[in-house]
Parts: sequence; C-alpha cells; structure tokens
Amino acid sequence: MSAIRLTLKEQPGVPLETEVLSPDALADLAHDEIRSLPVQLGKRRRRLDDFFEIEGERSDEIEVHGDLSLLKWIGRGMSRGRLTIHGNVGMHLGAYMTGGSIEVHGDAGDWVGAEMGDGLISVHGNAGGQIGAAYRGSPTGMRGGTIVIDGSTGLEVGMRMKKGTIVIGDTAKDFAGLQMKGGNIVLLAGAELRTGAWMIRGTIISLKPIAMLPTFRLARSYNPEFLRLYARFLSGLGITLPCAADEGRYDLYSGDVSVPGKGEIFVWQPAEAAASR
Amino acid sequence: MKIGATHIEDTFAEAFPMRFARLIVTAADDHWLDMACREATGFATSVIGCDAEAGVEQLLSPDATPDGRPGAALLFFGFSSEPLGKALLARAGQCLLPCATTAVYDGLPDAEKRVPLGSHLRYFGDGYQKSKVIAGVRYWRIPVMDGEFLVEENAGVGEGVGGGNLILQGETQAQALAAARRAAEAIAELPGVIAPFPGGVVRAGSKVGSRYKQLSASTNDPYCPTLAGHVETKLHPAANCSYELVIDGITEAAIAHAMAGAVHAAAGELPAITAGNYGGKLGKFHFRLREVLGDSRSGE
Repeated sequence: MSAIRLTLKEQPGVPLETEVLSPDALADLAHDEIRSLPVQLGKRRRRLDDFFEIEGERSDEIEVHGDLSLLKWIGRGMSRGRLTIHGNVGMHLGAYMTGGSIEVHGDAGDWVGAEMGDGLISVHGNAGGQIGAAYRGSPTGMRGGTIVIDGSTGLEVGMRMKKGTIVIGDTAKDFAGLQMKGGNIVLLAGAELRTGAWMIRGTIISLKPIAMLPTFRLARSYNPEFLRLYARFLSGLGITLPCAADEGRYDLYSGDVSVPGKGEIFVWQPAEAAASR
Repeated sequence: MKIGATHIEDTFAEAFPMRFARLIVTAADDHWLDMACREATGFATSVIGCDAEAGVEQLLSPDATPDGRPGAALLFFGFSSEPLGKALLARAGQCLLPCATTAVYDGLPDAEKRVPLGSHLRYFGDGYQKSKVIAGVRYWRIPVMDGEFLVEENAGVGEGVGGGNLILQGETQAQALAAARRAAEAIAELPGVIAPFPGGVVRAGSKVGSRYKQLSASTNDPYCPTLAGHVETKLHPAANCSYELVIDGITEAAIAHAMAGAVHAAAGELPAITAGNYGGKLGKFHFRLREVLGDSRSGE
C-alpha cells in the first residue's frame, strides 16, 4: 500500500481549510473519492483536486508537497497513520489529534497540536505560538502525545496543557507553560520571559538559563531520578537530556506561588557552572 | 540412575501454582542496591510463616534497568494476588522506600493482573507527591530526605510455580553442605527462579501437619538423621545429613531447568539425591527427577 501523494498546484489567495488532509479521511477512499473531497476556501466550498495534484488511494500514509502556509487544520483530529509534509504548513496542524504521526519538513504556524490527546508531531523548522495549547475559552490544552519542534516557537507554548510532552529545540517566546496544569515542556535552548507564569502543575525543563519570575522559589539542586527515565524516552526521539551527576545537576524552582501552584521548573547547570557557584 | 556416585531416586518434587510479582530495584551503586535487595527479600522464606517467598532473581547491569543505574530483579511469590499485593506494599514501603537512593519499577509490564504499588505508597508524600506519565507508564515521585523516591504506579502479577525442591543427602554435614551450596549457586545463576531460603538452602525441611494442633507444618522427620532410630527414615543408608533446596519459578520449565542444573552441580560424591512430595495428592505440578534430568528410563 503506497502513500497517497498530494502536490499543491498553487497557493490559494485566502486561507484554505483542509481538515480532510488526514489519514482518517483518506485511508479508505478511492482516488476519485479523494479528489472530490470538500475543502473550504474562505466562504466557498471547493474540491480538493482544485488545489492538489493527487496520486494514489486507500492508504493511511499521506505525503503533501508544496508551500501550505495558508492551509489550516491539516491532520485535525487524526487518530492513525502517518502524514508527512514537505514544505511549510499553516495554523492548527494536528489540532485535536488522538493518534498517528505528523512530520513537517519546514515551518509550521500557530496552534500546532492544540488540545491534542495523543500521537506525535515533529516539525523540523520553526513553529508559531500556542503549541499544544488550549483554545481561547477552553480550560485544557494538550492531554497527551508528543510535539517536537526543532526550531524556535512563538508565545504561550503549552498553555493550559495537562499531559504529554512538548520539546522546543530553539528559543521559545514569552509565556511558555502559561497556566500549565501538567505534562512536560523541554526547552533545549531556553525561553524568553515569564516562563511558567501561573502554572499550577507540570514540569518545565530548560537546558539553558532562563529569566525566572519572582513567584518561583529556588528549592535545591539535584539530579531527579525521573529525568533518567524521561531522558531514555526522549532519546528515542533523538533528543539528548543530560541527567548524570558527573555532567551537572538541575536547579529546581517551585511555583508559580502567585496561583499558588505545584509546578516545577528545572534549569540545567553543567558541572563546571555548578562548581563555580 | 546415577550421576557419579550419586543415586538419583526415581521420585518427584510436588509443586503448587502460585502468584508472583517481579520488581526491578535500582540504586546509586552496588552497595545500596545490595542493602535494598537484602531488606526487601528478608523474612521471606516460606508462606507457611511469611507474607511472601522472595529472592533476587538476577542482578541487572545499568543498561538493562529503566533508569540506567545498577539494578536487580526481585521475585515475590504468594498463594493469591491479594496477599501478595499486601506483601509487596509492605516491603516496598518499609524496606525500599527508606533505603537510600532506591527506585522501584514493575518487572511484569505485560501482566494483565495488577496490584497497587506507587498508587498507595504515594500517600507517604503527604500531598507533596507528584506523578509523571512517561511512555504511557505512571510513576510517583515521593519527596524524601535524599531527594525523591521514584516508584511505578502498580505491579504486574503472573502465574508461577512454587515448591520445586530437591533433597541432597551427604555422608557428612560438610559434604552435604558443600553440595548444597554448589546447587544453590547454580540456581542463582538462572533467570526466572529463586531459592527463597537462607543461602538457597533449607535445613528445616517440613512435612504437612504436626502432632500439635496449632502447627500446620513440622519437622520432616524421615529426613532427620538423629531420628533414624525413632521413625521410618527415608535417608540413604550411607547418608548422615540432608539439606533441601526449595525453588519457586515463573514457569514450570524454569523450575525444571533449575532442578536439573542444581542436581548436576550437587551430584558426584553424595550418596543420594531425592525430592519431596505428598504422594501427588496436593500439588498440581510433579517434577520427576529423572525426567528433568532427561533420562528416558524415568518412571520405569
């Protein structure tokens, strides 16, 4: 069963809503049925083949090629299969997804994996804000699964997330972990301001020094055992999390006491930095 | 059948279905791992008088443990899941949680039957405990004075076999003891089995019942050399000392394999090796010595 391959013919003039680009929607369909699937261009309903060259049928592996920056909701609610995107992609990628995997060879817009329940999203470029977040007015963001962004991200990463893991390879902008309720955010290159603001529970791990809010208290420095398990889990995603005592240790900050919260921010101190304090 | 000068009696060991749990314990170094293993598997020789039968199944190198530290797989056996679960909680709570640097993980992740572990122990954290779900498994982080005690949410329970046994008979105590030690060391090398008695060896083998009503088991008088003039002895005419090895295993095959290894390690100079049974009436599993040794003449 070869992959279904879609190639964008040309950029739409306005955002195109393409939640049909999901293994759940395409896996059981014949080629003609795929071509006739509806997409929403602004307020007009159009066919999928108005915008894409389509090859293949009946597969839960989908490849999409082209600059999809104006395409929204790709992989929305997907529960299985594999979706690979070669190019940039627009907002709400993998929102509400409950399984399967999405890989993006390019940049992604805002709301990647918003309120997702399970599955894996990998973005090899940069991404926008609100990764794994709760939508406005919604109490809970990401409830499970894993999001890995190799590059930088925008505001409010993991806002109100409850479970799951978000890994950011480059700097995250302000308010990473805003109102976080659980789960893990790993900041491989640190973050800008107000990290963990109003967090109630959950864990933020930063491998670079970050500006701490005054409402976080430094507890102590140590090497948590659970991070050894976590490091092993992340190594399966190609991510290295230091955890050996001879490499350094983590400063543990508790907060946000203004909520008050039981959240925790671990900031890595390499051995030489820890020794010099 | 003979191995060297040792007569292998044509009899069988009678064993019983048991439930077992497998915990993976890790610690910062071998010293504290040893402390944890000794505490957690102490007072766990026989369910006749202990809450579980327990022992170290095997030591694990850091690359074989969940957290990359030195570790050990411990096996705990009980007659049913509920008392086994209570024993696990008590031993994890009183022996492993207080032991410096330890962490405890489930060693039977595929078992359907589960008993609580961290989900109950977490209350020691007095509200400061935290949980983490990593790769679909929930762990509890309980704050303690050296950092955190990490323990998995629950433990799997499997269906195993308890009561595989051998009785080694020597001309002298020294000869029997040396053979018993060799046999116990052979068993200790094997996965899937434990010999829960001290050093893997029992000198107080027991029979079912007693002349005293309050006792469910009493000394195995047919194998006590000092009683040979009082009771119908089962000792070989040349034997003046006997030791028993009791083996619990995760499968019937594991016990048979361990019994064979122990016999080969012990035999040679001993006058006889036999096994204990109750006439086949009590235990579901019968390990015929000559069958586990691969002798086709077994049972003739």
